[in-house]
Amino acid sequence: MAGSSKNVAEMHPGEVGIVSGFTDDHLSVKLMEMGCLPGAAVRFNFTAPFGDPVCISVSGYELSLRLEEAATISILD
Amino acid sequence: MTSSRKPKIALVGNPNSGKSSLFNHLTGLNQKIGNFPGVTVEKRTGHTQLPDGTMADIIDLPGIYSIYPRSLDEQIVAEVLLDHHSPSTPDKIVVIVDGTNLKRGFLLLTQIIDIGLPTILALNMMDLAAKAGISYDFIALSKKMGVPVVAINARKGVGLDELKKLMAKPLRSPEKPVFSIWPEAESAVKELRATLNVDNDYEAYQFLEQPQSLKFLGAANQATVTNIRNKHSFFPGKFQGAETIQRYSFIQDLLNDVTLKASDHSWKKNSSRLDQIVTHKVWGYLIFFALLFLIFQSIFAWAQVPMDLIDTGFAKLSSFLGSVLPAGPLSSLVAEGLIPGIGGIMIFIPQIAILFAFISVLEESGYMARVVFLMDKVMRKFGLNGKSVVPLMSGVACAIPAIMATRTIENWKERTITIFVTPLMSCSARLPVFTILVALIVPDEKAWGFFNLQGLALMGLYLLGFVAALTSAYVMKLLIRVKERSYLIMELPTYRIPKWSNVGYTILEKTKAFVLEAGKVIMAISIILWVLASYGPGDALSKARENVLEESKNMRLTEQGLEDRVAAYKLEHSYAGVIGKGIEPIIRPLGYDWKIGIALITSFAAREVFVGTMATIYSIGSVSDDDAATIKDRMKQEVNPETGGPRFTPATGFSLLVFYTFAMQCMSTIAVVYRETKGWKWPLIQLAYMTTLAYVSAFAVFHLLS
Repeated sequence: MAGSSKNVAEMHPGEVGIVSGFTDDHLSVKLMEMGCLPGAAVRFNFTAPFGDPVCISVSGYELSLRLEEAATISILD
Repeated sequence: MTSSRKPKIALVGNPNSGKSSLFNHLTGLNQKIGNFPGVTVEKRTGHTQLPDGTMADIIDLPGIYSIYPRSLDEQIVAEVLLDHHSPSTPDKIVVIVDGTNLKRGFLLLTQIIDIGLPTILALNMMDLAAKAGISYDFIALSKKMGVPVVAINARKGVGLDELKKLMAKPLRSPEKPVFSIWPEAESAVKELRATLNVDNDYEAYQFLEQPQSLKFLGAANQATVTNIRNKHSFFPGKFQGAETIQRYSFIQDLLNDVTLKASDHSWKKNSSRLDQIVTHKVWGYLIFFALLFLIFQSIFAWAQVPMDLIDTGFAKLSSFLGSVLPAGPLSSLVAEGLIPGIGGIMIFIPQIAILFAFISVLEESGYMARVVFLMDKVMRKFGLNGKSVVPLMSGVACAIPAIMATRTIENWKERTITIFVTPLMSCSARLPVFTILVALIVPDEKAWGFFNLQGLALMGLYLLGFVAALTSAYVMKLLIRVKERSYLIMELPTYRIPKWSNVGYTILEKTKAFVLEAGKVIMAISIILWVLASYGPGDALSKARENVLEESKNMRLTEQGLEDRVAAYKLEHSYAGVIGKGIEPIIRPLGYDWKIGIALITSFAAREVFVGTMATIYSIGSVSDDDAATIKDRMKQEVNPETGGPRFTPATGFSLLVFYTFAMQCMSTIAVVYRETKGWKWPLIQLAYMTTLAYVSAFAVFHLLS
């Protein structure tokens, strides 16, 4: 699995995936509190003008994340 | 709970859950802002009448996602909810959850339930939920959670009678905790409960997780907690993620049981479509800058009329009191110290109210989160955060509410930098100083046919302040080194039509905060200044009239002209005048004389005092009797004895303008920075930095231009 997994920062607008885990313990707690849970469907909505931050939809909420934060969310697609 | 005292009911919920609407509906105008004891975060309280006739205190807590705090706002909620033995411990908690999507609100709800205070669940926006085809089995929900449930519509005030009935009823604490403490932590929790007499397991568990942020524990108890933590090798934060997962799995099971009809989880289409324009790389910025332009335009154009009214009103009151009160130092203090002092505070209310009307509308509508989203990348380059945009914008009206608005920035470094540079944004108190100096040294002509030169100069000064703020932020970013990570995990709320009464309450709240915070300081300083300007060493002041008469024997002075000269003479020989002359060697390199020195001294605490002082020094009576043009004319005639030319050359004028752009000169800001950073370190560094920046820049400008 290692190396082949994709993360949210690599998604394209409109793409949908399933959250499979986190690579950063500290951020994962905050992300989960905001509704970004393992097993939840995540949709990459759009990016800010300079490509960062990005907007995602997860568990029915729209969240904005910086690219480096999005990169800590692993997905199955 | 004893029946003799008012029950205290705290409102808790996620941001955007409709908490403020509910608070405003419950309390109406019976709101006040105070401080939590020992904590520097303000709290909004009010009271409401319950169906049984008793009054209940309602406490509005900042919106949070979890009991684990990350920002200052969140920390206060943790402190209030976890301290069960203080006079301000709430008797009941109302948790407000967005009915259209329960999940995340329920995470907070389960944490609150586990803390063990009597809790009521208020499901808000049930009208929207119904429209989306969602419905829940409230009876099953209430049974499974162990708390009473009520459906409300906080925007329209529907369901509040039912909620108030529940508030009046005696409620037991929820019995079944949702989260079971990990076996590894049990022994530590047990010992802590026995040692510190803690009410329940989860409360004790929270003490172990975050003693450093719970100030109410006190140093001794914090040490006890740390000892117990070490003894049982309890690692804070280790299980936080697992706890969240456990809670969410409980919530998922619960929702499966109580949801009668779920919404189809199709992505929100309308919001996304609007976002494509609002966050577009061209349209997004165009819309934002157009809005900024509109805001500034209205601050300067619309606020002018009420400001003039306040100005003349207080001037009239002052001269009226001066004429009717018996002569003496006390009347003089009231007429010349107190009343102009209060007027000096009131005059800023229109601009502050208008600015916060805009900011509140932008926040209520959900647009502000998009501004943060748009600006984050740019702001980060300067060591700031997307969330710094709101404080910087507010700084154009007044730095005090602006600095208080930095509390939402979680990252310490970004928050400190934002606080540090916000006073460089040109606030409304600088405007009167700018206006008179610009009018004095910049010709009222058009450049290239349509740009008014004075307007351009004024805009340039605002830009200068903004550029200085960004540059200083960038320098600080390089200087401050901390390991703390910065992040921007933020909700983009669904767009909504703002609720106008909420906007009204925000305006009221911010204006009140300004009047009380800044007011106290401005008041105190204006009294000190009055003393400095009214008394002087020796008998020069008491002999002022004779001396002036002697000096002006050969001049034909009108009564008014004589009075004005006496006033000027008095100021020159007062303590303020003595200090002004004393600092002349220091300010001479900037192109100033002792008269400007007096103005610098008197405007040290509040820069807008400059204009009034100039009026007195140049003996033209009080500012409002004559209009600004008179001060301008008089300043224009002032001669520099060394050169024989005018005192206010472009070099001196621009030097002063730059000085006022950069100098701190606001005691209230220093006080607020002290409060917000909890110490003297940052306000003093800031004062030193801004003064140095002002001095050096003014020096450079003076020598470049002369």
